[in-house]
Amino acid sequence: MDDFLPRALLGGFGVALTAGPLGTFIVWRRMAYFGDTLAHSGLLGVVLGTALGVDPELGVVATCLAVALALVLLQRQRRLATDTLLGILAHTTLSLGLVALAFLETVRVDLVSYLFGDILSINATDLCWIWGGNLLALGVLAWLWRPLLAATVHEDLAHVEGVPVFPVRLAFMLLIAIVIAVAMKVVGILLITSLLIIPAAAARRFARSPEGMAILASAFGCAAIGLGLWASLRWDTPAGPSVVVAATILFALGSAAPSHWQR
Amino acid sequence: MPAKTLLTVENIDFAIRGNPILQNITFRVASGEIVALIGPNGAGKSTLVRIVLGLLRPHGGRVWLQPGLRIGYMPQRLTVDDTLPLTVQRFVTLGTRVPRERVRAALAEVGAIRVLDSPIQAISGGELQRALLARALLREPDLLVLDEPIQGVDVNGQYELYELIGNLRRNRGCGILMVSHELHLVMAATDHVVCLNRHICCSGHPEHVARDPAYLELFGIEGARTLAIYHHHHNHRHDLHGAVVAERNRDG
Repeated sequence: MDDFLPRALLGGFGVALTAGPLGTFIVWRRMAYFGDTLAHSGLLGVVLGTALGVDPELGVVATCLAVALALVLLQRQRRLATDTLLGILAHTTLSLGLVALAFLETVRVDLVSYLFGDILSINATDLCWIWGGNLLALGVLAWLWRPLLAATVHEDLAHVEGVPVFPVRLAFMLLIAIVIAVAMKVVGILLITSLLIIPAAAARRFARSPEGMAILASAFGCAAIGLGLWASLRWDTPAGPSVVVAATILFALGSAAPSHWQR
Repeated sequence: MPAKTLLTVENIDFAIRGNPILQNITFRVASGEIVALIGPNGAGKSTLVRIVLGLLRPHGGRVWLQPGLRIGYMPQRLTVDDTLPLTVQRFVTLGTRVPRERVRAALAEVGAIRVLDSPIQAISGGELQRALLARALLREPDLLVLDEPIQGVDVNGQYELYELIGNLRRNRGCGILMVSHELHLVMAATDHVVCLNRHICCSGHPEHVARDPAYLELFGIEGARTLAIYHHHHNHRHDLHGAVVAERNRDG
């Protein structure tokens, strides 16, 4: 057997491990659309990174952060609702990415692999990026856990209790940006949010504590990676979308589980 | 024990897009004292509380806190998303790391030990307010700031909660700044009332405030009558046959 499969599995597990706990916060904070917006801006990051001759991953992290900061500034103006702002940012940055790509005549960028992922072509360098980025993000998340949880439940109360709410929120956005940058290879820009929120949503029914839900979400994510890859090889379906469908099937099975398994 | 000044608010001004929300607000809270901020909706009570807590910066005036002052805060309306599995015990310790015995003691002090292991989303409004109070108490506060502490609590629960707050002041000697939209609810438990409607209309002992013309003007004679022990409000009328008819909105 080729060794592309172990590499794909290893890469997928690396992403799912961090996407679980990070995704639970996205679900708790109702930020699914925010994650989606950052992901949409990823393509612009890839193009900018490539054009500037740095790693596309760095371009993605920088672009995601710029979009997150733009959102914070626009929200302060209170002219438009957040979902409207997110819609504007998401589609503008995606379109900007596609337009900018047209100017990159000398460099060939495989658009489909960035949009929908190319997990089966993960190489050793990708693996280093994925595990390095995810372990870093996981470490920072563990360090931020208590203040982030307190700020998620009630920002003002956390502030009065001494949590530096704004820096914590920025750090959380940085973590999302990092995970999007390194998860792009696995499921692609358009599907990354699903890897963040579907395993977390599936874990909710079985969790009694925030930490339990985070760990379960990681486990569900890894299971979805395994199942999706297996299905992709078995029926020759695209790998990234197969992983997402597998995650949704797990979610559906979880929702149908007998109620005495809950909480 | 002589009362120490915990908090002084001096000549606070605050405006949103040029509209004055607070003008020249001055008051103080001493240890062992309960101060109530009352006023109608939109009077700027919550804005003032946010300024006191340092969540908003005033456009004029200053807030002085006793150095090293520990504040316990009980926010208005807290809803925890259903997707977050959180027991009352975990919720209460989100603000401070404390051993389980102290959590039990704090929840027992506020009469909410029964819900220790319940999901925070599954408890009643009164129990939630008590859990919030327990979380504030775990910080060993010198000053408690309570924003509409009896919101979402049934009438019996309201009196119990005020009694509890009165006991806290006696047992712990902390100062309490409390926000309410109605005077008669806080009357018995309060030492000093600040009646707010963007500026301070009147302030002083609750009995004094209740008779103040500025208070009567703000809340109307109707509002002042609610100080009587019993009051009820008609939300419907009857037609000639005795059937209920909807009342026209008197406020227009």
